[in-house]
This record gives sequence, structure tokens and C-alpha cells, in this order.
Amino acid sequence: MNRSETTRSFTMATWLGWQVESNWTDPFLFAIYVIIKPLAGAAILVVMYSIITGGDYESPLFPYIYLGNAFYIYVGAVMAGVSWAVIDDREHYKTLKYMYIAPIRIPFYWLGRGVSRFLIGTVAVIITLGAGALFLHLPLDLTRADWGLFLVSLVIGVTMLAMMGLILASITLMVAHHFFLIGEAVAGALYLFSGAIFPLEVLPAWLRPIGYAMPITYWLELMRRSLIGEVAEAFPTLAQFSNLQLIGILLGLTVVFAVLSVFTFRWCDHRARELGLIDMVSNY
Amino acid sequence: MSNHAIETKDLGRIYKIRGNKKEKRIRKELIALQDVNLTVERGELFGLLGPNGAGKTTLIKILTTLLAPTSGWARVASHDVIQHPSLVRPLINMVSGGESSGYGLLTVRENLWMFSQFYGMPSKEANQRIVDLLKMVGLEDRLHTKSSDLSTGLRQKMNIVRGFLTDPEVLFLDEPTLGLDVGAARDVRRLIRGWVDANKSRTLLLTTHYMVEAEELCDRVAIINKGRVLACDTPANLKRNLQRDAIFEIETSPLNGLTSQMLQDQPEVRKAALSDIEGGARLELILQEESALASVINILTQKEVKVRRLSKREPTLEDVFMDLVGQKMEDVEKEEAPHAD
Repeated sequence: MNRSETTRSFTMATWLGWQVESNWTDPFLFAIYVIIKPLAGAAILVVMYSIITGGDYESPLFPYIYLGNAFYIYVGAVMAGVSWAVIDDREHYKTLKYMYIAPIRIPFYWLGRGVSRFLIGTVAVIITLGAGALFLHLPLDLTRADWGLFLVSLVIGVTMLAMMGLILASITLMVAHHFFLIGEAVAGALYLFSGAIFPLEVLPAWLRPIGYAMPITYWLELMRRSLIGEVAEAFPTLAQFSNLQLIGILLGLTVVFAVLSVFTFRWCDHRARELGLIDMVSNY
Repeated sequence: MSNHAIETKDLGRIYKIRGNKKEKRIRKELIALQDVNLTVERGELFGLLGPNGAGKTTLIKILTTLLAPTSGWARVASHDVIQHPSLVRPLINMVSGGESSGYGLLTVRENLWMFSQFYGMPSKEANQRIVDLLKMVGLEDRLHTKSSDLSTGLRQKMNIVRGFLTDPEVLFLDEPTLGLDVGAARDVRRLIRGWVDANKSRTLLLTTHYMVEAEELCDRVAIINKGRVLACDTPANLKRNLQRDAIFEIETSPLNGLTSQMLQDQPEVRKAALSDIEGGARLELILQEESALASVINILTQKEVKVRRLSKREPTLEDVFMDLVGQKMEDVEKEEAPHAD
């Protein structure tokens, strides 16, 4: 069967990404890593929260922070997963030039390479949420969750993150090896401005517009509302918006980022060819 | 449709190199290719012969859509590589020698199969072809070996198989035997020649700085140096121009200050190249007339240089290169080490 360029770029990159992500150690150690890493992250957060609030787990702030952090795992995983493929192929495996001359669609190839990290991220999110519900009294009632809202928000949100990853991947094409953590660096920088760890009201007024301009802010709010609606609404940040309005804003910003990613890719791709950067290997 | 597999017209490429920390704003220009006009016919095994830094790899990068030229144009399989790269890519493939690219976590079969899938090959056909090609390069017993466990040479063989796997219309091989041992290089050369001979619609462009390889394999050869194509013809025709000259190789005792210029200043000595060998030196001379040998012997005697061995031989592509450039290829490589390829 002759699959389209887009399909085979995405599916084969997904296969390759999974092989690369899951084969670096034996399956047992890999499973331990996938389980321990999110639990360790959650434990650090809980300890910090406990020290600051004196262990007040009944406050609506706790599920706000906990859920924000749990779903923020996707931000690093998807954005870094997509952009890391450029560095990995170009500098480590030295295959980027061979991918480039193959009849594939490079953006879909990069997106496919990010799928494995999305899947590992999903496991991490589930483990984090499960640990919260089991051991930390996170008010997570699966029978009362709005699963429709959850699924729609998740799909749009992950698409939005993938588009942001594509922008970072395009920029990565233009820069040297020391930008290898660009995805995680950007994810880290946005952490403070997207309402993941505290409501935007905590930020100085002049910094808040950054948060309001970021689609991640609306996405995290939707994820919280879908799982623990009434607790999420305890914070005024986006209280004036209905779920539908939030989805509209998220969708609109996702489209903006999608358009931006297309133009960024085209420009970076063109410049990379002009400057001879596609098979560049950093000398340090 | 044009019968040319590759066409270039006034193709040029200039790299802008940033200076060191103190001269960061100063951009130096490095001419990697200049006014390259080449035509390669379908079915041809065409060689680009030149020292490291001559511009061979730059030309391949442009032809494979990886790099934009700064002037001129190029077509591969009748498609413009800049205007329509997506039409070029399904028809080509490329392998660079001397590198160990590939996904070390994957087996040889997985690496090759994955690339075949990117090219849209049916999986069953790809698997059969992988086995056939691995047999041809003596790698069939490594089918299920992780490529990180292969030696550099075997990994290079795997990459060469990757190039042939998709059976492209035009295949680019950049120094395919670089770093391979004699036996492996012979296997690869056999594969190359066999692939082109098996189907006359296939075209192969090969870069090399091994004269013997170009002479043995190529239907036509372009000699390239400092980004310019200096000559382009069949190896036989290139050498024919030198057949009216006399070519001598002389092994001597140490040269006692004798330089190649001193020899070239002698009447009817067209080119002279000197190289050190154990306990002495080797002189390679292209003489317009055999009689010029007397003046060479005379100057050797004056410098108290003893002749240990003297032989006359047929011209080779190395002599053609020396005649065109004025130096042996290895001497150019020593001088041009920082020049971009």
C-alpha cells in the first residue's frame, strides 16, 4: 500500500521516536523510570506546598497547583519531544540530512517524533493524578468529571503544544547544539506565566498579560474545570469565562500558533538551506 | 523530457564565515563553487575528482536540495533543485562516506527498513531487497545486529546499502569508500558498477579523491579544484592529452635543497612534484620531450642527489590533475586544509 507522504512521515517517525525513547535501557528499568520520574516531581511539589501552607491540603489551592503541575508535564514532553528530534537527528545520529532528502514532510516527521514523549507524558500524568487521589486526598471524582470537556480540551491543548513544539523545532534548525534544551527551557520559562503553579493574580500586574496571551493558561484552566469543576472556579483568574468561551479562546490561539508554526518552519527551512545548516554539527 | 540526469549552469556557492571573537562582525567570504557547468547523462557513472576542500561535497549538497546555491541553477532528473525540491527528492538518494550515521539503537534491518518506509516502498519488497543488498556487500550475517555494535566500516557499508535500497534514478555517493579497508572498498566498488550496469536509466554521481577509484569506475570524470571544474571527459581522453608527454618517476637520495621550481625552470619540464619517502625523495616529472630528462639528471648531479630508481610510465589521472593544477593532489590537500568542502 502506498501511503501518502504525510501519513508515512508521521507514522514512521512515531515508530522511530518510540524506539529511540524506549530502547535506551532494558524494559524493566524503563518502566521504573517512567513511574518514578513523575512521582518524584509530585513529591517535590507536595513537600514545598506542605512547608509553605503548613499542610493545608483542604485548601482549593492544593488541587489547583497539583492539577496544574500534573498537566504541565505535557508542556515539556510535547514541546521538547518535537524540537529535540532536530538536535538528536542532526548532531547525535547524523541522519537529519538523509531525512531531509527523503520524500517526506519534515514538519509531520518532527510531530511524529514527539508522539512517544506524549505517550510517556500521558503515563506520567496518570500516575501523578493517581498518586494525588490515593495518597493526598485530591478531590478527583471520576464519576463527576466532565469527560467531554476533558477530551476536547486535551485534544486541542496537545495540538496547541505540538504547534509550539514545531516553532521551537524550526528555530532549533537554525541554532547550534547548546540549544539542545530549547524545548524544556521554554517550557520552564512559561511555567511561571501560565497559571500552573499559582493563579495569575499572584504575578505583578505588568507581567499578567504574558499569561493571558499564552494558550497554556486557558488549557490548564479547562483541564482543571473538566476534572474538579467547582474547585477550579474558586480562583478569579478566568472565572468570568464560560467553558465554551475558554474553548473558543484556546482554539483561536491554537490556530494562531498553527499558522505561526507554518510560517516559522518555512522561513527557518529556507534560511537553513541558504546558510547550509541542515547537516551542521556543533564543534563543541 | 531532457535526457540529462544532472545539469548545472554557472552554479556558484559562497559561504560567509564569521570571524573569531574579536572580528565577530567581519564576515569573510569563502568561494566553495564557482561557475560550475556540468551535464551528466542518464545511465552515466560520473565522477567528481578533487582534493578535500575542492567543493565536491558542496556540489552534492546543492544537487540533493540540502543547500541553496548563491548563483546559477541546477536540475536533477529534469527538476530544478531550488524551485521544486519535492519533485527531486523521490528520485534521488545520497550517502556520505567517512561517517557513522544511523540509529545505533536499531538493528541493521530496522535502520534500512525504516528508510525504505520513508520512501514508500512496500514492506515485503523492502525486506527482500535489504537481504539481497546486504549479501552483495557481505553484511548479511549482521541483519539483526544493532548498528551501534558495528565497526565504523560495517556501519558505512550499511549506509551504502541504504542509498541503493530505494533504487533511485540518481544516486549521489560522497566519498563512499573513505575509511574502508581494501576488501570492503572493493565490495562497494563492485556494487556501484553493478548497479549502474544493471539498468541504463540509473545515474550515479560519485565524488572521490582516490584517483584509482575514479579511473576504475567512472564513465566520465570532472576534475575539480578550488570550486572550479578544470576538465571533464572520460578518463581515457583526459589521459590522452598527456600521452604525447613523457612521464617519469625517480626515487633519489635526500634532495639537498632541491625544489620543484628549480626542476620546472629547466627547459621542457612541464611539471615536477616532489614528495618525501623513507630515506630519500620521489620525483614525478611530466616532460614535453624525453630529452629533457638529461637536464633533470644534470641538476640532480649538481646538487649531489643520487638516483636510486628511474622509471617511465603511462599517464594516470594523478598526472592529469598535476598537469591541470600544478601540484599533486595530496600537496593541494595539505595546503587547503581549512578550505570548505
